[in-house]
Amino acid sequence: MTYLPKPKLHHPDLPKNELGLTRRDYEGAISTLCAGCGHDAISAAIVHACYNLSLPPHRIAKLSGIGCSSKTPTYFLGAAHGFNSVHGRMPSVLTGAHLANRDLIYLGVSGDGDSASIGLGQFAHALRRGVNMTYIVENNGVYGLTKGQFSATADRGALNKRGAANGDEAIDMVGLALQLGATFVARSFSGDKAQLVPLIEAALTHAGAAFIDCISPCVTFNNHAGSTKSFDYVREHNEAVNFLDVISGRETITLEQEPGTVELVTQHDGSVLRLRKVAGDYDPTDRTSAIDFLARHHQAGEIVTGLLYVDPDPTSLHGHLGTATKPLNAFDDAVLIPGSAALAKINASLR
Amino acid sequence: MQTTDVSNPAFFHKVVDCQWACPAHTPVPHYIRLIASGRNADAYMVNWHSNVFPGILGRTCDRPCEPACRRGRVEEEPVAICRLKRVAADNKGDVTHRMPRPAPRNGRRVACIGAGPASLACARDLAAAGYSVTVFEGEKKLGGFIRSQIPRFRLPESVIDEEVGYITALGVETRTGHYISSLKSLLAEGYDAIFVGSGAPRGRDLEIPGRQESAANIHLGIDWLASVSFGHTTSIGRRVIVLGGGNTAMDCCRSARRLGGESVTVVVRSGFEEMKASPWEKEDAMGEDIPILNYLVPLAFLHEGGTLTGMRFQKVRAERDAKGRRQLVPTGEPDVEMPCDDVLVAVGQENAFPWIERDTGIEFDRWGMPVVDETTMQSTIPNVFFGGDAAFGPKNIIWAVAHAHQAAISIDLLLSGGDVRDRPPPNVTLVSQKMGIHEWSYDNAIAIDLRYKVPHREKSLALADIGAEVELGFDLGLALKEAQRCLNCDIQTVFAPKLCIECDACVDICPVDCITFTADAEERVLRQGLNAPSLNMTQDLQVHGGLKTGRVMVKDEDVCLHCGMCAERCPTGAWDMQRFLLDMAQVGTMPPSITHPTMKSGAEPVAA
Repeated sequence: MTYLPKPKLHHPDLPKNELGLTRRDYEGAISTLCAGCGHDAISAAIVHACYNLSLPPHRIAKLSGIGCSSKTPTYFLGAAHGFNSVHGRMPSVLTGAHLANRDLIYLGVSGDGDSASIGLGQFAHALRRGVNMTYIVENNGVYGLTKGQFSATADRGALNKRGAANGDEAIDMVGLALQLGATFVARSFSGDKAQLVPLIEAALTHAGAAFIDCISPCVTFNNHAGSTKSFDYVREHNEAVNFLDVISGRETITLEQEPGTVELVTQHDGSVLRLRKVAGDYDPTDRTSAIDFLARHHQAGEIVTGLLYVDPDPTSLHGHLGTATKPLNAFDDAVLIPGSAALAKINASLR
Repeated sequence: MQTTDVSNPAFFHKVVDCQWACPAHTPVPHYIRLIASGRNADAYMVNWHSNVFPGILGRTCDRPCEPACRRGRVEEEPVAICRLKRVAADNKGDVTHRMPRPAPRNGRRVACIGAGPASLACARDLAAAGYSVTVFEGEKKLGGFIRSQIPRFRLPESVIDEEVGYITALGVETRTGHYISSLKSLLAEGYDAIFVGSGAPRGRDLEIPGRQESAANIHLGIDWLASVSFGHTTSIGRRVIVLGGGNTAMDCCRSARRLGGESVTVVVRSGFEEMKASPWEKEDAMGEDIPILNYLVPLAFLHEGGTLTGMRFQKVRAERDAKGRRQLVPTGEPDVEMPCDDVLVAVGQENAFPWIERDTGIEFDRWGMPVVDETTMQSTIPNVFFGGDAAFGPKNIIWAVAHAHQAAISIDLLLSGGDVRDRPPPNVTLVSQKMGIHEWSYDNAIAIDLRYKVPHREKSLALADIGAEVELGFDLGLALKEAQRCLNCDIQTVFAPKLCIECDACVDICPVDCITFTADAEERVLRQGLNAPSLNMTQDLQVHGGLKTGRVMVKDEDVCLHCGMCAERCPTGAWDMQRFLLDMAQVGTMPPSITHPTMKSGAEPVAA
């Protein structure tokens, strides 16, 4: 970590996006996490993705719980809205915010402790309700803020820094998300921005509950031999099923590869996900076979990454609740407070 | 691409753009940090060791370092390196006790012809190493064109006296008022070596109609400046035209303004942008109400009854011919006539060697220039060397000094039985600056910080006295601020691939996107795929293989701020910030060079 702010000077030829902003305009305060933390690489990937999509920073709400991962929203999108909630309670706060203002882009950032232990219930319900959000778990398998105890996502048999093995079974966040009905499920690795940035872009443009499990090595407590979440281990066991490009509606789509090696998925907002297939038998639109594929490869000790499942036409919470089409703050008082006559009418209808 | 060999001093030297661009390779960031920490005497000695005339150069240098400065590429203007040098000279106090003592004589005799910067610098190096040096000078005072041509309002005479004095104090024998009129007879005097630093003493004339008839009011720029300098000329007409676009023309017009020229105009043949004068000199001239008119070719001097009345010019414009060469063609508009009382002709300088007999063995090329080796400065007579303007035509003081150091090395090699082609390598050190997890021994807080202006004397006072120095120099407060604009480009980013875990922390934190981890390829391909556009081909890539993933780390040195963020964010110490100090080789042992202390700006000065 550094005490100095990052210098404001930037590359003289730094490009600008459609909003006239540079990538530097999407940054936040300087990180106070350990030097080399995977979480910082994920923050940088979020910055890249939001810049690439030309998202207006002030239309994004970033929410988090407690933990190393949940500190990170301070370190990106300094101009966005933020809410640093109670431990494990980010999904509820996000759901509430989303109900009140459906026009913002919701980005939930959490960790394996925040989402797989104390907040597991909250995590499950936000996904099954189909809240339109991007939910990123920065998964390092340890409690970094309390000196590196195993978390609920640590693999059975993995060794901690002092050589002790983990005896508990790991919670597979991706498996849970698939079962719970998330309409966009991906896994990636903080050390591979080429894969991670397009996944975040796709998740941000997805109009339903999008979940990304991002393995993020803890350089201080979980980056040694015997760890299954170290840079070396993840690089050796990484089994990417596809590579993704996100293409906005205006760009022309060219197919360079042979037919059959590229799959195009058009999302609800018109953006196109171009998937270059690596694993030939993998179909990212089939939830059941995705669960099966993941289970088989997990048995083989592989870490499957890439876009694992996407429903191009998802339903979302506002859809099934039939709520108002505008954010609550866009209604005037007369609509929001209809008065005692309206209340009496409702009461009468219930008698 | 080949892994970068950072053990080759040239790689990191090139990263220090200012030092690389300086002909004498003065370690600029090093002395700027000394100034920032209040150690002006140390900063002066670093300069004196390298460029011999810090006080003079701090006022008059052509500053090749400044256009090269990295601050100019990431912001608007470079660090005011030249004027910081002057700060060190102005505030150094007494440094006589730090100067080398006259060395025991080694019995070898060297003659230096001319007492300009080249000869004096060569004399300094050799005298300090024990040679008996005799300097011959036609004028009565030492300094050459530094004394005769640079106006006092830019360079006070006391500064020249002081810095020439440090050289004569080394036991250099000086024969002023002794013009060498024959190389042959000098050769016959049996000197072991001769250094020719006689400059480019002849001003180019302009032979157009009316030149002879109005000769009384037409003056050659450099001769006129010398005459002003020595007090022979004290006035000029009310309306003055200065012909020429170089620094001499700027000195002429500004001097004329001070000697009674109320309406002084500079006229140049080509465009304003193409003028040879340094931009800041043009700015100063225009600031003294001197218009610069361009694209006017002199046709004739107009005269009446033997008196100059004005000049006629043809209007031209620049065009490219079929071969793409730029040339001036008449616009067809009517000629321009401008009335004037005096004309100063400053259209260039030429070398002149009337005193070198053509049968001495010194070969001349078809332009009348001596054949001189660019590395050794040796002529076709093995023990005769050239330097400064005499070697390759008019350049500037800092080039003269650089030539002189090389000639001195050659003379030393030749007279000690060595091979003059066997050039001694520079002295190089590379030392980590890490003091703690977030602590470096240099000030790495880089901020947007625009260049500070040097205070000037009030115009009416400056124009009233030709001896009054216009620039007042930075005071210590301003100097500290300007010094802190330096990006410390000598604090190098040193990368150890074996330690790297490829976590991307350096890539993410770099404020200018210097660093990329990518698949290996040839340089042309690599440059196209970096995280930031890599368009400046004059700046090298630092490339390292040997990473676990088989990729390469590529760092584009172009706009690196040397802020050390990469090293601070590196979890394994694969990046380190190390100070690179390169001292050019010189003859003998110079003063216990200035130790190279690690020092943060703002820290307490250490007693020298």
